[in-house]
Amino acid sequence: MTTTTLAVLVPVLPLLGALAGLALGRVAPGFVRPLAVLPPLAATVLAALVAARQHGGPAIDAATELTPTGSVPVELALHLDGFAVVVAVLVAAVATCVQLYSTGYLREDPRYPSYAALVSLFTSAMLLVVYSGDLIVLLVGWEVMGICSYFLVGHYWETPEARSASLKAFLVTKLGDVPFLIGLFALAADTGSFRITRILDAVGNGGLDHPTLIALLLLAGVAGKSAQFPLHIWLPDAMAGPTPVSALIHAATMVAAGVYFVARLLPVFAASAAALVVLAVMAAVTMAGSALAALAQDDIKRVLAYSTIGQLGYMTAALAVADRSAAVFHLLTHGAFKALLFLAAGALIHAAGTNSLTAMARTGALRTRAADAYWTMTVALLALAALPPFSGFFSKEAVLGAAERAATGHTEAAPAVAGWIVLTAGLATALLTAAYATRLWLRAFHGQGAERPVHGPQPLVINVILWVLAAPSLALGLAYGVLGDWFGGASLAPTLTTSVLATGLALVGGLVTYGTWRHTTALAAARPRGPLEPQPESEAEMATEALTGHAPDDGDLAERPDPADPGRLLLGPLHRHAAAGFHLDAAARTLFVRPTLAAARLAAFLDREVVETYVRAGAAVPRLLGAAVRKSQTGNAQTYLTVLLAGALVLAVAAVLVTAAGA
Amino acid sequence: MTALTTAALATAARSADAVQHRGFLSPTGVEIVFLLVGLVTVGAAVLTVTTRQLVHAALWLVVALGGIAVEYLLLTAEFIAWVQVLIYVGSVVVLLLFGLMLTRAPIGRSPDTDSGNRPVALAVALATAATLVWVVVDAFRTTWIDLDQAVQGSTEVTGAALFSSWVLPFEALSVLLLAALVGAIVLSRRTGDEDPGAPASGAPASGDGATPGPEGTR
Amino acid sequence: MHLAYPAVLSALLFAIGVYGLLARRNAILVLMSVELMLNAVNLNLVAFDVWLSTTLRDTLHGGQALTLFTIALAAAEIGIGLAIVLLVYRNRGSSDVDRLRDTAETEADDDAEARAAEAALAADEARVATPYDSPAEKAEAAR
Repeated sequence: MTTTTLAVLVPVLPLLGALAGLALGRVAPGFVRPLAVLPPLAATVLAALVAARQHGGPAIDAATELTPTGSVPVELALHLDGFAVVVAVLVAAVATCVQLYSTGYLREDPRYPSYAALVSLFTSAMLLVVYSGDLIVLLVGWEVMGICSYFLVGHYWETPEARSASLKAFLVTKLGDVPFLIGLFALAADTGSFRITRILDAVGNGGLDHPTLIALLLLAGVAGKSAQFPLHIWLPDAMAGPTPVSALIHAATMVAAGVYFVARLLPVFAASAAALVVLAVMAAVTMAGSALAALAQDDIKRVLAYSTIGQLGYMTAALAVADRSAAVFHLLTHGAFKALLFLAAGALIHAAGTNSLTAMARTGALRTRAADAYWTMTVALLALAALPPFSGFFSKEAVLGAAERAATGHTEAAPAVAGWIVLTAGLATALLTAAYATRLWLRAFHGQGAERPVHGPQPLVINVILWVLAAPSLALGLAYGVLGDWFGGASLAPTLTTSVLATGLALVGGLVTYGTWRHTTALAAARPRGPLEPQPESEAEMATEALTGHAPDDGDLAERPDPADPGRLLLGPLHRHAAAGFHLDAAARTLFVRPTLAAARLAAFLDREVVETYVRAGAAVPRLLGAAVRKSQTGNAQTYLTVLLAGALVLAVAAVLVTAAGA
Repeated sequence: MTALTTAALATAARSADAVQHRGFLSPTGVEIVFLLVGLVTVGAAVLTVTTRQLVHAALWLVVALGGIAVEYLLLTAEFIAWVQVLIYVGSVVVLLLFGLMLTRAPIGRSPDTDSGNRPVALAVALATAATLVWVVVDAFRTTWIDLDQAVQGSTEVTGAALFSSWVLPFEALSVLLLAALVGAIVLSRRTGDEDPGAPASGAPASGDGATPGPEGTR
Repeated sequence: MHLAYPAVLSALLFAIGVYGLLARRNAILVLMSVELMLNAVNLNLVAFDVWLSTTLRDTLHGGQALTLFTIALAAAEIGIGLAIVLLVYRNRGSSDVDRLRDTAETEADDDAEARAAEAALAADEARVATPYDSPAEKAEAAR
């Protein structure tokens, strides 16, 4: 088979698996698990094969036009370059891991068939986005992902949190998708094609008339999909979905789609310095803000969600300094270790029976009870904190190195100011990232207190998957040389200055957090436990939102401020705001939800009082007329006959007159 | 009658051209008689529909129908005229009188013989009359019936036409009459279970429905 | 003889019959009016039959035959009509046509219909109004 055929099969196989799974889910439950696991597995193998054949060489392009679509043709096109094939391997591999993990994690879920089918469909859509060489086809995958995400986040639709979270995820991403679509059309209008290759050619020849406008419009969609400020607000709430879904969608694939899209069309964005600066600011705000918020969260999955937002900020930061190799490199390593983090967190939640870090901190022996989760999560957190030699270190250093090059003016592609912004924010975030990673690790695994009842043994497949994912988290970074060749020869090797700086900052962050933790734990141990301080309103609100589909056994514990939390001491007065995500939800509610609800009420009012008045009148007027006509319906045959004869007479006279006039 | 016939004979000899010269101001004898009888007929008819005494209405109807019979005679349709006398004057009016009696119509003037519809009815009737008269006069102002030829309505002529050209409708009509007869009987027949309160007085009236309903039904 | 004479007489009789038909209250008087109208038509038929026979030498005598038929029909009609009138009288105690108003729509019917319509409208409104009171909005309002 040719490489093109193989590449076509990669997205098609999960799609067929999804359709078959949906069709057979009720009829033949025995087929559901093979149908869920085998297509992504085959897709992984094929994607690896495609990657091996492409091998970082010149891009393979193939296109076929299904039907003429007017002035700007839409074609089923493949564009396989080094980025595409590698990202496809990541996507397919993570999807396979998630499907395998789900067979254990959701083994008793009654809706597992539809869940597995949706995950497969989602994988297929993401692979389509990755391979597609045509922006409209890409958009199809983009939107299919959006709707699958909606369904998967709302998997536990019995709970109001999951329902509202799925709606929120859908609406917020759509809010970005509308300008995105307009941007795509503007791009096609400027370049005359939806094909990525032609667009890039046109951009290379300076054929873009409105680069800033197009770039900003596209950025809106990217911000929505990749959870960048200010459209990131859906991602923490989306943790209401099952943990494997969080791992797949909200760590490794869907949020990566935005970054990947920018990486593909980087010349378009690079054509506008303003767009790059906006991107840099967006990335900086996202990184720093999300790291601070992550430090204050109590729900382990929300910590991870904010960390995802921050790491995506690193990727967009790399794009802001026009280095897509670094961005995709970080995408790869992050996809691996964040999937691992989420899956391990799932195992941990299963063992602890709660999402709450506070509750975990008061539970002893989690380290031994969930030993596999402990060790793999340690690896992943070290990668997240970017300590050498874990994978996160290399990719983050690639980003920071690129930023430094841009800041010091070694590259022409990006403005120096973008470089400085990214560099500063990136270094600050490195510190914060290490801090919240340490806090998470300490709080989750080094708790002290009574042991909890055992919820049942971990399925073997979960632990196997954790260790499988631990390998790339540990070692993928070392592949920077190979990947650099694949990504077009740019060096991804860490530079000395930034490496020392960032690693140093990370160590500082980790150690400070550890020290604080020792202090606060000692403090908390000295004080009696029990119903504690009166709590501010926002805290309770936040904690209530944090409670997801896994109803924790001790929701009351999570609602209390815990003095043993090092994040509280570290952040000080900022903690309250950080815990609430810097009130962006409230802002969004004020800005969008309230006006929308008000408009809805207005519409309802208008409908009820104005439109329905017409409807009522439409009923009342005929009724009055009917009553008037009914007066003539006396039941008296003589009256009827009179009217009949009078009418006949009139007709006769008319006929005679007409005849007379005609004659 | 002889004078009328001679007058008619005198006019019969005239040609078709002469017909057009005949005016309404020089009526023939037949026409004068026709007019007079017609006036009587119309007057009787008006009384029929306006009198407040129900029985008088029936009697005025007799006059009107008799007048029409005379008009038939003047039009030389003697068979029709006798049939008119026999059936209408002889049976229909008698039937109507029976009906009046059976429905216990009041003898003497009754105050409410006309419904509230009367003004409208008058308007419609006047309009009908105006329209019809206008149309008829406009159309047949100059048309002349030559009554001096062979009699067109004698029993012989009518019978020949009826039993040569119109046999089938005639037979069908007899079936219709039979059906009407049966229908009338069925309609007016009183069934036993319909009126449980009336066996004492209504028992003999099993066939003809000749007795009116009991007082209780009022 | 001018054809206009019988024709006009016939028209007048017919109009008088119409008046009686529309103005009289007693059903038997209405039947008499009907007889008048029928006779008007008969007179017309005979007059035109004679006219056609004399001027066009028509030997079919359709007018006279039809007159005979009409007379027979009128006899049948009066029989059936009287039977109906008697039946009505027996059932209702009256043979006044303007009191036979069972087909009229009364106020009671009207009220019942209006109540049914309003109930249906209210049910519609209740159904339409429900989505506005979703739990999400309630929660929102509670905040």
